Parts: sequence; C-alpha cells; structure tokens
Amino acid sequence: MFKCKAVWNKLAPLVRASSTLCLQNARKSVLRHGRRLEMVQKAQMSSGPAGGGGENTLYYVLVGATCLGTGVYAYRTVSGDKERYNERMIDLVNRPKQGPRAAEAVTEVVAGSKEEPVEEPTLTEAPVEEPLVTEAVVEFTESKPVTEPLVEASIPEPIVETLVTESVVEASVPESIIEVSVTEPVAEAPAVTQSEEPLASVVESETKPTPVIIAAHVPEASPVSESAAVSEPAPAAEPVESTAAHSDVPEHAPYLLIGGGTASFAAARSIRARDPGARVLIVTEESELPYMRPPLSKELWFSDDPKATETLRFKQWNGKERSIYFQPPSFYISPTDLAKVENGGVAVLTGRKVVHMDVRENKVKLSDGAEISYEKCLIATGGVPRNLQVIDRAGEEVMKRTTLFRKIEDFRSLEKISREVKSITIIGGGFLGSELACALGRRSTDLGLEVIQMFPEKGNMGKVLPEYLSNWTTEKVRKEGVNIIMDAVVKNVSYKNDKLEIKLKDGRLIETDHVVAAVGLEPSVELAKSAGLEVDSDFGGYRVNAELQARSNIWVAGDAACFYDIKLGRRRVEHHDHAVVSGRLAGENMTGASKPYWHQSMFWSDLGPDVGYEAIGIVDSSLPTVGVFAKATAKDTPKAATEQSGTGIRSESETEAVAVTLKAETTAPPPPVQQKEDYGKGVVFYLRDNVVVGIVLWNVFNRMPIARKIIKDGEQHADLNEVAKLFNIHED
Amino acid sequence: MSYCKQEGKDRIIFVTKEDHEAPSNAELIEDDPNDPYEDHGLILPNGDINWNCPCLGGMASGPCGQQFKDAFSCFHYSKEEVKGSDCVENFRSMQECMQKYPELYPQEDDNDSAPSGGADNAPTASTSTDSLPTSSPDSTPAATENPAAS
Repeated sequence: MFKCKAVWNKLAPLVRASSTLCLQNARKSVLRHGRRLEMVQKAQMSSGPAGGGGENTLYYVLVGATCLGTGVYAYRTVSGDKERYNERMIDLVNRPKQGPRAAEAVTEVVAGSKEEPVEEPTLTEAPVEEPLVTEAVVEFTESKPVTEPLVEASIPEPIVETLVTESVVEASVPESIIEVSVTEPVAEAPAVTQSEEPLASVVESETKPTPVIIAAHVPEASPVSESAAVSEPAPAAEPVESTAAHSDVPEHAPYLLIGGGTASFAAARSIRARDPGARVLIVTEESELPYMRPPLSKELWFSDDPKATETLRFKQWNGKERSIYFQPPSFYISPTDLAKVENGGVAVLTGRKVVHMDVRENKVKLSDGAEISYEKCLIATGGVPRNLQVIDRAGEEVMKRTTLFRKIEDFRSLEKISREVKSITIIGGGFLGSELACALGRRSTDLGLEVIQMFPEKGNMGKVLPEYLSNWTTEKVRKEGVNIIMDAVVKNVSYKNDKLEIKLKDGRLIETDHVVAAVGLEPSVELAKSAGLEVDSDFGGYRVNAELQARSNIWVAGDAACFYDIKLGRRRVEHHDHAVVSGRLAGENMTGASKPYWHQSMFWSDLGPDVGYEAIGIVDSSLPTVGVFAKATAKDTPKAATEQSGTGIRSESETEAVAVTLKAETTAPPPPVQQKEDYGKGVVFYLRDNVVVGIVLWNVFNRMPIARKIIKDGEQHADLNEVAKLFNIHED
Repeated sequence: MSYCKQEGKDRIIFVTKEDHEAPSNAELIEDDPNDPYEDHGLILPNGDINWNCPCLGGMASGPCGQQFKDAFSCFHYSKEEVKGSDCVENFRSMQECMQKYPELYPQEDDNDSAPSGGADNAPTASTSTDSLPTSSPDSTPAATENPAAS
C-alpha cells in the first residue's frame, strides 16, 4: 500500500506535467491550425482555399483512418474474446460433474453469440457424455439404450426463458442460431453416424421462417420440444418414439419413491401395509428390481452352486435358500397399471433417473423428460462408490482395470475377472474391502489367484475395531490367503507392460492385474439443488429431522439420509439394517405416523470362519472402549470353533497347527497370564462421556436385543463387567 | 482368574465362566409398554393388528394384501365359538387370490426350498426380529394360529 502511495506520489507530478504538456501541445496545435487556417485563408484569398483545404483534408483523413482502425481492432478483439470464451465454456462442459450449470452457460453463450459458423465445429467435437440441454434432446435419447441416461435439462425453464429473452431482444439471425444450437447438441446424442443428418437439417432450419420459432419459444418447456420437432425434418421419426416411450410412465403417483434399493423397498412395504390400496411407484436408475446388497460381498462368493452368479440365490444362516431380490417380479405391478388396479400395488420403473424435483408443484422430472406428480415423496437414492483421485486421473487403461463395487453387475464382473486374472488388489480396509478380500482369498488357491489388500490404517477394520481386535482380525484375514499391506497410502497407479503398477507413498511398488477400490460411499444428493433441500456438511447426505422428514412432503431414508438420532445425535449410517429400519419408518411417517428414529439398527460382518460379529450404535475406534472377553480355554480354540460351525474347510490345516500349540500350553498348570491372547468371544462397549453408545458382539450371537436395550437406556454404568454379564458370553 | 489390562484408551477384561456366574447387578430401565415410539409386535396395545409387523412378511403388502387383511381382521375380531368360522368367505377369496401368484405364495410345505416369495429373511438369524422377517410359505395357517397362541 505504502509502496503504491510512494510510487503514485512520484508519478503524479510527472503525470500532471505530461498531461498539461499534452494539453498545451494540443491547444497549441489547434490554435496553430486555426491560425494557419486564418493565415492561409488570408494569404491565399487571391488564389483560393485549395492549400488550406488540403491540409484540413489530410487531418480529417488521418483522424478518420485512426478511428476506423481502432474500430476494426476493437471489433476483432471482442469477437476473438467471445470465441475464446466459447471454447472455454465447451471445455468446462466437457469436464464431468459440471453438469447443468455448464450446459446452461453453453446455451446462453451460444444463444448470445453471433459467431455461428464457429460454433458448429466446436460443438461437434464435444463428447457424447456432455450433459445436454433442451428437450429437443429428448427425442433422440429415447432411441438410446437404457444404460446411458443423459442428464436431462435440470433447468429447462430458465433456459427457455433465456432463449425467449434473447430471441425477443436480438435480430432474426440469432433466433435461427438458437434453433441451430438447440439441434446441435441433439446431433451429439445418438451415434456419430447420425450427426450428418441433423447438421443438414440444421442448415434447413436456418432458412425456415423464424417467427414460427419465436412464437413457439414463448410458452413453457414442453412446447419447445414440439416446436423443435416441428422445424426439423430429420428427427421427424423421433417424436413418435418419444411419446411411445413416455406412455409407460404414469403421470401421477400418490406415493413416489426415488431410488430402488433396500430403504425404498422397505418403505413401499410399510406404506402398503398401513394404507390400504396404496399406489406406490418406485423409480430407479438401475435396471434391476429391488435387491439386498450384503450377499454380493459374502454369501454369493461362498456358494457351492456354480450358477449362483446367474441366479443370485444363496443359502442363509438357517440353511434356507433365497434370492437376493426382495420379491420376485410377480409381486410388482406394471407402472401403466398403477392407476387402474383396484387394490393398488407397488410398481417399479427401471432405468430412469429423476433429474429434477419441483417441490412447489409437487412433481419430478425424469431423465427422459417425463414428469410425474406426487403427493408424498421419498428420496432413497443411496450413493455411488468413491474412487481414489489417483485412479480417476490415471487414464482409461487403469480405469478399465478398476472395479468400484456396489451393484449386481459389479459382482458379476468381478467374479468373472477373478477367474481370468492372476492378481487382484483391493484398496480399502473397511467392511467391503475386508469382506471382498476374504471372499477372494478363499478362492485364491483354487484359482491360482494372488489377493492383495492395502489400506492406510494399521489393521483391517482399523476405524471400527479397537487396535487389539483390529490386529487380531488382520491376522485372520491373512489366514484366508490375503497378502495384507498396512500403512499403505496410494500415490500413483499406472499401466505398464499389461500390468497395473501401484506406487505407494513410502516407495513400495505393487504389480497387479486388477484393482478393486473400496474406499467409501459418496451419498447421491443431486436433487438437493432443484428441490431446495439441505445437504449436511459434516456427514454428507440430505439433512432430515428425527422423523426423517426433509420438507413437508419429502422424506429421506437409507444411505443418503443424515438424520437426527434422539439417543446418539445426528448421524448418517450406511448399513443394510439401517436402510430397512429407516425405510420402514419413512413409510410409516408418509402414512401419517410421525414417529422418530427410535429402534436402533444394527450391522454385522463375517470375515472367514473365525471372525463374525454383530454391532449396534456408534462403533468408532477413536472412542474409548471396554472389552470383556471369555478367557480362552481349550474349548475356544479356533479349531473347535471351526468344527462347531462346520465352515472353513480350506483353512483347517493352518488352524489345526495353532490349536495343537495352544492345547499343549493349557495342559500344564495354568499360568496366571496366558502367553497368547485369543479374543475368541466377547463384547466390546464403546463409550462417549461414560455412556455406552456402541456395542460389538464378538462371536456371540442372538444377544442383539440386550445390546439394543443398553444403548436405549443411555445410562452411565459404574462397572461394565456387570453389564457384560447380561450377555452370557460363555454360553453359545 | 479374571484379569484386566489397559492398552491406551482401550480396556480389556478377561473373565472366566465362574466370574460371570453371579447374576448381574447392572440396572436397566424398565420399559414402558405404552411407549408410542416403540415398535410393537403383531398386536398393538389398543388391540388392533399391526400390519407393518415384520413377522407378517409381505403378506399385507403384496397383490393379495387386501384379501389377507380382510380375512385376518375378520378372524381377529371374530366372536364366534369357533373363532373365524364366520370368515370362511374371506379366507376363500384370499386363497383364490394367492393361487394366482404361485411364485409369491407357494402352496408347498416349509421343507421345500421355495422361491423367496413372501419370505424375506435377513441373512443372520439373530437379525430376524430386526430386519425383514422370517415368514414361512404357508404363513396363512401360522398367522391364524399365532393370535390363538398368544
């Protein structure tokens, strides 16, 4: 600041001096000219005003030329800037996740610009995935397969308005540009081969009478698509298709459930149970009917049935077989019948994504442009698996060899890959990562497959279990045939010589064929913007109250809900049972119940034949814990455990060796402290301000109701050993 | 002998069977049976049927849900000597409806590993009370028997 002032002080007098000089010079020259004129005129009265006129003309010519030059330069600069700006906008649009905002910017820019010939080539270069803007797109996207739902105009109305104002203000030429720009993105949607035709139609539409377009632009969103369709000869066939595709979407659904997972299905069931004759519509992006996820990383891998991958059937704990689908297709009714069927029912609309939510009008818009109005709505959109940044940036070859595990198709694809490659690396040491590592580890000897698991923590489930249990678990996972790399932070992944090379921060290099990234879930909150819903900054997900309500007619359940738990505080839970409990609760509240989240959900995990635990509440390894374990006796050897449960055939040889050494120790007079701790069975309490907020039942089962009760009470217990007695851990 | 050790913030206690034999002196709060927040079993405190009970499975929510509710309600409130004898019509229409969906309402015995229809079991038995329920394929007679038993 001072520097500026000092500089300014120094320069100011100079500036003043120079400016005064300039002025003086100017005045002088003008006066000179003026005098000269007079003088010349006086002098040349006899010969006429030719000479003075000549000087004047030169002056005018010079000034005029300067002005013209400036004008041309200014025009060139401005239009060049506009070009650069357009290109920048295209770049932004090309970037993923820029979505509607960028698309809007593109249309505004395109609508406003006069550089029409320049626009076409730049737009045609844009990739197919570019989020497209107007409803004219709708016609083309109809013909596309379900797997590529394009992000529809989440802002069709504002854009139409922009277009309207633009067309009103500007001359007729820009209006045809708007039409062109509308059709231009349309050209991108189908396969490249079709791009020739729309371009031709674009040319034709330019010459068409613009008033037709103006008139059509003025009314709201849907007529735009009609006018666009009308003015384009090439897509003539498309509008017919689009209406046909729309017809299977009901216009109104009293209960609309967005998302087709566990929470949504539980809510549907709850609504149907409480509201007789309820008509429930589930809209899901997936192409599958609602199914449960836990078996995808557990039971389905251990199934003896070779067809399990296809049928998706597995054996439960009690020996009974079932499918991962909650209900067979005959349970559901078709969306078209929803309004007509006498006693109502549950209909599932697959392969459609809700892209816009209008809370004022109580309606949603789908990716194909269809609109559905609702009376009560549940958002159960779950989330998408997170990816590591280093993999995201690593390029296509690496991405092709990376699995983000969540859906049925991911399971099928990984199962196939496990039979084809020699080495798989799992990045992530939490529930999913560890379960998949165990599942693959079990197959490793049969398939000749190397299974590696790496994570930044010190042990498996490092963020959930206290350190001693986490270490114990890690050993067990190792015994399943997994090569575990701890304290591993991935710095870089590259594709070299037909292998993936993972470079860790500490310099270690791991070569592998395929990577599974299990590094968390990103809750899907894309509707928050259009619906005006709050998103939680601490936990992610939609922020809802204790009754799971976001706004008057909108509830959220499952992975995407950040809710207020009266007992444990605000949280977001990503477990199966929570999805069921919260989905059911949301369904109850949608049918008038007004009950808060009260029944505490639980979760479980199985890692091989020795480690199976159930847990409830806040189970965070950063909390102080008190663990009460049954002292190891000869009975609790791993071998005994495996014999009892009848599982773990593969690892029997290893566990036998361990059992033998343990037996030798215990036959001698029992020493006061055992050499090797065996955390065979027990219960771990997680404390917050001396109150039990979480419990892990370690290899003890059927005691969840007691655990739930202790958390519900929320009491400060002086001696947790006494509380542990309630669990009878020494018995089966 | 039981013993205890401390690893940082985590405390670990090893207990023998004998040490845990004495009954616990931990105090638990008594449950209020009329707590509005609590989940209830099949029958609500006011005597109504809780259609949302996980124990019913998909019976009340499926395509034959209405018929099931009519039949079961009739039975529940029946004051006849032979309970439910005045509900034969309802049960018949329910049976007719269920026969239209053999996949959902299998007519075979429990022992068959029938398709999941109507039976939604959480993978762990201990979670059966918490998550989606265990209902056998022939839950109709089972359901009618339950109220009689309770």
